[in-house]
Amino acid sequence: MGPIQLSMTVASSQDFRDRLKQEYGVDVSLCYQCGKCSAGCPAAFAMEHTVRQILRMVQSGLVQESLSSYSIWACAGCETCSTRCPRQVEPAKFMEALRIEAKKAGLVADKNADLFNDLFLSSVKDTGRLHEVGMIARFNILSGQLFKDAEHAPGLFTQGKLSILPHKIKNTEAMAKIFANVQKKRGGKS
Amino acid sequence: MKYGLYPGCSLNGTGIEYGLSTKAVAQKLGIDFVEIPDWNCCGASSAHNRDHLLSVALPARNLALAEQHGLDQIAVPCAACYQRMKAAEVALRDEPTRREVGEVIEMKVEGKSRTRALVEVFTNDLDAEFLSSVVVRPLSGLKVASYYGCLLVKPAQVAIDSPENPMIMDKLMAALGATPVEWSYKTECCGGSLAITRPEASLGMTANVLKYAKLAGADCIVTPCPLCTSNLDMRQKAAEGLLGMELGLPIYYFTELMGVALGLEMSQLGLTKHFVEATSLLKNTPAAQ
Repeated sequence: MGPIQLSMTVASSQDFRDRLKQEYGVDVSLCYQCGKCSAGCPAAFAMEHTVRQILRMVQSGLVQESLSSYSIWACAGCETCSTRCPRQVEPAKFMEALRIEAKKAGLVADKNADLFNDLFLSSVKDTGRLHEVGMIARFNILSGQLFKDAEHAPGLFTQGKLSILPHKIKNTEAMAKIFANVQKKRGGKS
Repeated sequence: MKYGLYPGCSLNGTGIEYGLSTKAVAQKLGIDFVEIPDWNCCGASSAHNRDHLLSVALPARNLALAEQHGLDQIAVPCAACYQRMKAAEVALRDEPTRREVGEVIEMKVEGKSRTRALVEVFTNDLDAEFLSSVVVRPLSGLKVASYYGCLLVKPAQVAIDSPENPMIMDKLMAALGATPVEWSYKTECCGGSLAITRPEASLGMTANVLKYAKLAGADCIVTPCPLCTSNLDMRQKAAEGLLGMELGLPIYYFTELMGVALGLEMSQLGLTKHFVEATSLLKNTPAAQ
């Protein structure tokens, strides 16, 4: 009797697993479900499926379900799982890959995380820097939580940590080029 | 000693005291920091969640600028910036990646400049005897929990120390005369990257770090990261509410404590810019009296 491949059960979603391997360097077939990733995950309490379970979902063909999961957005990116994984699956990289793929597929479950990334990157694209205060103020307005963290504003202001105007780099054109060139390489319009 | 300096966005904002104390300590130690001219945001904490190429290209422009200005080593105070800059440096070792990134940033980049975490520069690059010779106000009696967070020690490709039990900052604290406490939450995530989008989950993680530092008998926490510091300092009151226990733990950047031990003024180091009052504890250390 030859070897039995237990970690790849559904052939129909093989193209997705191949893409994870080629584009992100993540081979989910290496995972033997020991659960070490999730035992040490500090954000597991905030997830409906742990990273081990999401890995199993992708192994067994539940691709849409994994991409539209709320759990991939509760991952803090701390990389504890990747340092402890005995099979070098790099679960943190896997979760990151799913967040990128979820965005591409229009399946982002956490609208706040999506908004945060939009505002963060538009600040960088326009000024070359992150304007922390401007981004958080916009985030609170657009996510409908106007007074979130408002109690900290007076403290931040008197400490000189709240700069009203963004710092802008000189060569903002370089930023516009980087964003446009990345998009071009992705086959989109510049 | 000459280094390029990549301050990152936080050091002009929420991490202003990290910027002030970094510059003051460098000057005192005779380290020459040249800020990378016209540096841009490294993309943390969003670019890597949207596009891998973008997440390498943004730091790569900074690496290319450093090369243009002959800066072989780049000191990076912020742990998040360090991780993104180092990850880009590692990615650029691959020739096809280097070519593709060069096309994106429209600059020549060879990946020659080395990204170094500031805490390495202020410890490993200094002679231990020299460091102890410049300590004029030892932090005797101060019990410190060294909190490393995630991004300096994980993942392995960019780590400056052990991901489970790093010691670099503990040793520095001991060299300054303080007493590092033993505790098990040194590298447990504080939830900084979720603070905006998932505040409740993030607060639970922050509270755990604070709780275990307190239970280990620490008077204060020392960090190398502006995201961790914002979380542990600004949200400490909320964490006290969640835990139902009093914490009262000042959160210091390691550069602030270095500055105090080197005899610099507290206001010059930004120690008056904290949420949890941070100067009294240091005034009360026996050495200062």
